[in-house]
Amino acid sequence: MARMIFRSLGWMVATALCLTFIVFWLTNLSPNLEKLAKTQGNARMADEEVISWLDNRGYSQPLLVKYGEWLGVLPGYVIEGSDGELRARCSTRGLTIDDAPAFCGVLQGNWGFSTVLRDDVSTIITTRLGLTGKLMFWVMMVMVPGALIMGILAGMREGSRLDRSLSTVSILTTATPEYVSGVVFIAVFATSTFGMNWFRGTATSAMDDANFNNFFLPVITIALYGMGYIARMTRASMTEVMTAQYIRTARLKGVSFRNIVLKHALRNALIAPFTVIMLQFPWLLNGVVIVETLFNYKGFGWTLVQAASNNDIELLLGVSVVSVFVVLITQLLSDIGYVFLNPRIRIS
Amino acid sequence: MEPLSWTGALGAVLNPVVIITVSVLAITVLAQIMAGFFAPAVTLQSNTDGTLMARGGLLGRLETALKWTFVLNLCLAVVYLLGGIILSYQGAGILGGMARRLLPVWIALIVTFAVSIRFKRGLGLYGKLFDSTVGMIGFGLVMFWVYAAILSGLFDMISTHDPLRQISGLKNKLPGVPVPEDGLFPYYLLGGDNLARDVFSRMIEGSQIVIAIAPLATVFAFMVGITVGLPAGFYGGKLDVALTFLANLILAFPVILLFYLLVTPEIVATGIPSYMAAVLFIFPIVFFGVLLNSRYYTQPAKRTPLLIVVMAVLGWLYLSLISQDGTALTFLPGWLDGFDINPGILVVFVSVVFVNAPTVFRIVRGLTMDIKTRDYVAAAQTRGEGAWYIMLWEILPNARGPLIVDFCLRIGYTTILLGTLGFFGLGLPPESPDWGSTINEGRKLLLIFVHPPLPPALALLSLVLGLNLLADGLREESLRD
Repeated sequence: MARMIFRSLGWMVATALCLTFIVFWLTNLSPNLEKLAKTQGNARMADEEVISWLDNRGYSQPLLVKYGEWLGVLPGYVIEGSDGELRARCSTRGLTIDDAPAFCGVLQGNWGFSTVLRDDVSTIITTRLGLTGKLMFWVMMVMVPGALIMGILAGMREGSRLDRSLSTVSILTTATPEYVSGVVFIAVFATSTFGMNWFRGTATSAMDDANFNNFFLPVITIALYGMGYIARMTRASMTEVMTAQYIRTARLKGVSFRNIVLKHALRNALIAPFTVIMLQFPWLLNGVVIVETLFNYKGFGWTLVQAASNNDIELLLGVSVVSVFVVLITQLLSDIGYVFLNPRIRIS
Repeated sequence: MEPLSWTGALGAVLNPVVIITVSVLAITVLAQIMAGFFAPAVTLQSNTDGTLMARGGLLGRLETALKWTFVLNLCLAVVYLLGGIILSYQGAGILGGMARRLLPVWIALIVTFAVSIRFKRGLGLYGKLFDSTVGMIGFGLVMFWVYAAILSGLFDMISTHDPLRQISGLKNKLPGVPVPEDGLFPYYLLGGDNLARDVFSRMIEGSQIVIAIAPLATVFAFMVGITVGLPAGFYGGKLDVALTFLANLILAFPVILLFYLLVTPEIVATGIPSYMAAVLFIFPIVFFGVLLNSRYYTQPAKRTPLLIVVMAVLGWLYLSLISQDGTALTFLPGWLDGFDINPGILVVFVSVVFVNAPTVFRIVRGLTMDIKTRDYVAAAQTRGEGAWYIMLWEILPNARGPLIVDFCLRIGYTTILLGTLGFFGLGLPPESPDWGSTINEGRKLLLIFVHPPLPPALALLSLVLGLNLLADGLREESLRD
């Protein structure tokens, strides 16, 4: 078990390094840097000025060196610029060059400064993640029980009318991406067109004070899209368990159907959906970005869109690191959880 | 002119009937689900003369009631359609008007279904699809949009106005508004959007983009996934570890982040998408080359000309595809460069293929690992067949069932991805009528004007739903034998 976790952790770190390097490379391509120089410096800079602006701020170093500095394994640059000013990567926060530490990268907790939101990337990410965490918590509270109940009800009597209706519902929800269901929900439940103006169409006010009125639509929009998929997986796992030998034995012994489902089948049927739920996180991230944009809820996904569309390099890097780690950690947890839940693997 | 109402004069008669039948249908469905929990199940009783009889009880009676109310509702829907086709626009309203505009699609659908059902026994898996209701509904929805795209794109039928034409005074006007200019179609059937363009025509024209890109991108993703996944699963070992790591790398990337990183103008300017296209589009050539070579390499007289012709055609297509004016890759002289694709569409295409290929790779790899232990693979090895022959001509055909099902699902997923790109305004030009961009355009004023984003949203929903139902039907039918 411990060996397996170490192996997974090793792969995880390798993947994270590769992915962050790719993001770093893509965000540090020369057209992006040129745009950065023009937005930060002067929009009408000549080409030579752009180059010297970038030279002075360490952007012209080799890519690997820059990546090492950003990561915090190489000492930050100290460059005497063409304008005579001495600049150091680590002296940005009011520190003089002599006081500044040699290393200041992500590993030292220095995530950089957002040029668009005018704040430290680490503070932005913690506050925004908190807001998204709130959203995700409620999504999970709606999605997981809903999907499990749907899947179990459908899978306990395969082929019944209930099974067919619930399967149709779950196909329908997987076929409805968030930007479709969100738009439809807002149109129906947040405007007076159809006479059902029950909820708020924006969730901006939910950032401070979330209530049923302003938070229900975003939560249900994300939850529905993931729900169908989990429900189908639960159903598949449940139908498989219900045809197992020990269920037949229990039924022949005269155990009531209700007890068979609740006491014998349910526990074994829930192993597979657990993995699916954990692996659903990366997709949920997708949904979060769409829903936060649609409902103007300024969380993590909204930050991603802002950073990406405004060429805010350091913020985008920070956001990518966090989202890549969320994906990888959920994969790791699903591996570990699968082993833990499945006694056949755990004991051998 | 009067603006059109939703159902026109026909609706005055039919609407109350429809309200009653639909609510009866809804009540019956609910009652039946409730009854499923406690009412005794429908059982069969054998009679003395050897026939079987269903002993219905409450559940059986509900089943019959459901069937008939469903048929009744279907009949009413047909009456609306026929009414729209026969009556004038004022007589049948917006729904009737749309039904009339879509007449070529209805005819094409009816012909397709009639022919397919007539000959379904000789049509293999496709024919079996017409044994399952779910599969038929899905197929109908998908073909509806396929025909809408083909008929509006190639024959200029269906859509009522130019999707880019703005008519002053019709900005954000409600559905059914009359067009003040003469010589045009007299109404905006689904109203005008915030730039006074016809919502109905944009929805129809938008289907062309989706129908053109989504299946093709999925085909390419499958080519890449199959060409890489087969050897990974067949050989295993270091190759497998390396390729799986690469696939997991792409899969761990949040899709939206990847899109933002690949599709922004700055990145496009560096030519990275063009290089990615150059790499990704080489896989079909490799695929077909290896496919034909492994089959015919024992008959060089047949193989060599065949390969030369196929490679020449594919190579020319490949070179003209990746050589684009105004991008990083421009090397073919103009007379040889067969065609240029809109660079925005190429970038979208490449990123969609790139996102989908790793998943296909994983599926193909898993299937290969499963199938390579079968006896017929061992038999082929004993015969002395080459590795690629076994992979492409023994393993791949036997993996087709799950791959076809996944292909349908993946087209739906690609459609969703295309919509996502449009929703964030990435890749395609902002005036493009594709559904994602139109939803994005409409959502900005959603709280005031509901009608512009709803038609494309429902169109996308119906297409993806159709593909998912089709996949479900195919899976059911392919499991049956």
